[in-house]
Amino acid sequence: MRRRTLLVAGASGVGALAFTLGLGWWQSRDSLQPGSALLPLPIGKMSFTLTNHHGVTVTPSEWIGRPTMVFFGFTWCPDVCPTTLSDISLWLQDLGPDADLMNIFLVSVDPERDTPQVLADYLSNFDPRITGLTGSLAEIKRAAEEFRATFEKVPREDDYTMDHTAGVFLFRADGRFGGIIDYHEDRHVALLKIQRLLKAAS
Amino acid sequence: MKYLLTALLLSLSATPLLACETVQLGSLEISEAWSRASIGMARPGAFYVTIRNTGATDDALAGIATPVSGKPMLHETVVKDGVASMPHAPAIPVPADSTVQLEPGGYHGMLMGLTQVLKEGETFPVTLTFREAGDVTVPVAIRGMGAKDAGCVDKKD
Repeated sequence: MRRRTLLVAGASGVGALAFTLGLGWWQSRDSLQPGSALLPLPIGKMSFTLTNHHGVTVTPSEWIGRPTMVFFGFTWCPDVCPTTLSDISLWLQDLGPDADLMNIFLVSVDPERDTPQVLADYLSNFDPRITGLTGSLAEIKRAAEEFRATFEKVPREDDYTMDHTAGVFLFRADGRFGGIIDYHEDRHVALLKIQRLLKAAS
Repeated sequence: MKYLLTALLLSLSATPLLACETVQLGSLEISEAWSRASIGMARPGAFYVTIRNTGATDDALAGIATPVSGKPMLHETVVKDGVASMPHAPAIPVPADSTVQLEPGGYHGMLMGLTQVLKEGETFPVTLTFREAGDVTVPVAIRGMGAKDAGCVDKKD
């Protein structure tokens, strides 16, 4: 029997809607958008507690003051996650020292397998400015809800894989949502989005 | 200068470059077979390749086999409403007069149950089974974990 744990924050299709609204939000700057309940919370309103890959407890309030980039994934993921981490590493390489001013996180949606040590081993293959976060399933669910992201455990014959929101979330230094870099986003567009955050923060 | 550099690269990395050679099977040209280095053997690996069908007959990649995986399967990464999933692909169509790429974020071979660690710079064989053209075995270059393509010298820039 197939048993699925489905975690959905808000209505179905929230990812696409949040993306569309997210772009609108990003473009119209400070004006409040109708439907903003579907956008990620501002970082200042997030309430989860996770552990980073150095074993240190992390709360989102510590992120305020620097632009933030967050990606949901897991280290058993053969295709999307190494590709996105490689994309992020290339963006960071292009941005150079400017990107030292950012918080950059991979939030694991697979805490069963992704311990801090596992994340540390895995992330040593990518840009060192990327920090891995894991924790209890309850806290990861809380984080996903606050980002309006989704993840779902998909059983396979001998093990399981995870479906998960694939975009990269951006936040401004003051914690407000700053847009999403979509999976397969053009590299130049991705860089422009990040540079706008960095410019606003400097 | 550019040629000198290319020649230098060729001489320095002769083994992985074998994987950049095109292998012919009837009217199919198989090239740029690559994979990423693995951490240990617990996680599934991924396999990517480019298949060009120069003929007038439609074909399909029906399966893959390799000694490095106990259960190799064809999968497709699908991003729907911003959420990525990886459904099993029973076969990957290779229509007449077209090129199909197994590449990051699209179709890929999923190498479950690795039987050995995939080490950057080494190669392993994968046998591709096509519905019409039959079987062919190609060498697969193992690239770094952050790689996004086969890194063949003649392909990029």
